[in-house]
Amino acid sequence: MTAAGSGDRGATAAAAAIRLEGVSKAFGAFRVLDDVTLRIPRGQATVVLGRSGTGKSVMLRHIVGLLRPDAGRVFVGDDEITGLPPAGLAAVRRRIGFLFQNAALFDSITVAENVAFPMRRHTALSDVEVRARAGAKLAAVGLARAAESMPGSLSGGMRKRAGLARAMALDPEILLVDEPSAGLDPVTSGEIDDLLARTREERGTTLIVVTHNIPSARRLADTMIFLHEGRVIARGSVDDLERSGHGLVRRFMRSEAGG
Amino acid sequence: MAAFVRTAIVPPLARGGHAAVFAGRALREVFRPPFELRETARQVYEVGWRSLPLVAAAGYAVGIVMSMHTRASLERFGAEALIPAALALALVRETGPLVVGLLVSGRVGAGIGAELGAMKVTEQIDALEAVAVDSFKFLVVTRVTACMLAMPLLTVVMNFTGIVGGWTAESAVSGMGFEAYFRAAFSLLQFTDYVPGTLKTVVFGFIIAVTASYLGIHASGGTQGVGHAATRSVVAASVAMIAVNVVLVRLIFFLFPETAE
Ligand SMILES: Nc1ncnc2c1ncn2[C@@H]1O[C@H](COP(=O)(O)OP(=O)(O)OP(=O)(O)O)[C@@H](O)[C@H]1O
Ligand SMILES: [Mg+2]
Repeated sequence: MTAAGSGDRGATAAAAAIRLEGVSKAFGAFRVLDDVTLRIPRGQATVVLGRSGTGKSVMLRHIVGLLRPDAGRVFVGDDEITGLPPAGLAAVRRRIGFLFQNAALFDSITVAENVAFPMRRHTALSDVEVRARAGAKLAAVGLARAAESMPGSLSGGMRKRAGLARAMALDPEILLVDEPSAGLDPVTSGEIDDLLARTREERGTTLIVVTHNIPSARRLADTMIFLHEGRVIARGSVDDLERSGHGLVRRFMRSEAGG
Repeated sequence: MAAFVRTAIVPPLARGGHAAVFAGRALREVFRPPFELRETARQVYEVGWRSLPLVAAAGYAVGIVMSMHTRASLERFGAEALIPAALALALVRETGPLVVGLLVSGRVGAGIGAELGAMKVTEQIDALEAVAVDSFKFLVVTRVTACMLAMPLLTVVMNFTGIVGGWTAESAVSGMGFEAYFRAAFSLLQFTDYVPGTLKTVVFGFIIAVTASYLGIHASGGTQGVGHAATRSVVAASVAMIAVNVVLVRLIFFLFPETAE
């Protein structure tokens, strides 16, 4: 994975890791995504902002193929996932780590086994190695001591961090994280931001982070995308968004409150 | 009229069709590698081993009751000697499979419906998919396979404890010995009594697991939805099983005419 990644990084430095082309999605009569076209650059951190209920999570779900668009196409690298058969989709998903907004831990197995699960499924690592790596992933999110706990006994913020450790279990090329700092205190939240930033720098991981936490968005973002009523109404650097023509975007950027 | 067709006829038909496609897929995938062996083994433990006490106890009680009824009927003809054989025949051909089916519909059907329903509404099924695991194979096919394996084994257990129950009742009345009772019980049993009845529980197992999985995986609406999925799983699985049983009995009579005598 790393070899292939570094191989074409030079050749196609500007290649998009993810592309959405004219993606629309409605639930019943309610249009959530309305003709969204996007390029997410490889190896960068893209932060997605927008009010609650505007379709940020729905957009992430399209990227891993958990939802299919009513119209439009979704590409991960060169693969158009909207047309892939199940086996091809599974291959793409192995390259993506996904942190669900509610963490979605498997509640019948321990936290450590949650993190070990993708490794047990998709690598030939021995049991000892899997345990060691799962332990290291949990330590990275500050959960070493909760490894043997069941998910049901964790706090919301702990669950979120365990979900992040699971999303990072296979050292994915692409990491999609839905509100990593929701429910976290400012210090822990800062540590998670550092972990994400470090992952991007050290591994060249492409990051998409949905967040309501503006300080953390500023710290992480190479690019920001602002979704509103199913459309991208602003995109660019932190500066660009601060000077956006949309009052809503400027108001968002001015708020310092963590979310 | 058109509105009636649209609201009262089309949706149930569409649901039925959807469920049939689901069942067809389950049937295909049960026999198609790769198999999720570990998870299937875990489910066999859940479904089979953990249902054992219930099935064994129920079999024993059913055996006692059946023995009392059989005695009451056969006494009139002075045919007490046939009590063990008559009980064994009724138990092995029909009562055993059906009672095990109903017990498993209740215990396992509700379990599968609730567990998959909860996984669905907490997005754990999506999480499985997101880590590139085929959730249908991992969750549904493993449970279906487990039920298909466990049902005939549980039926053998029920038949055995049922006959022990029959002996208990009989020995209380006539003081008949255990060995003599067993020999008498099996004296009239033929291969064709035993095998079709036991094998049809494989079909019961399939129906129970598929019904409960279908309702669980399509649960929606939070905690309440999970509760509904569990209840509806039990009801739908039992009804479907009883209905299919009618067809299977006809089919067995057709394929093994001697059992209809
Ligand atoms: N499976 C679904 N069925 C029906 N409606 C859905 C479904 N998933 C999402 N929606 C609707 O789509 C809209 C966007 O949801 P989404 O979860 O993407 O919002 P969001 O931007 O992530 O909000 P938040 O910041 O609160 O997480 C919501 O109005 C939601 O009700
Ligand atoms: Mg969301």
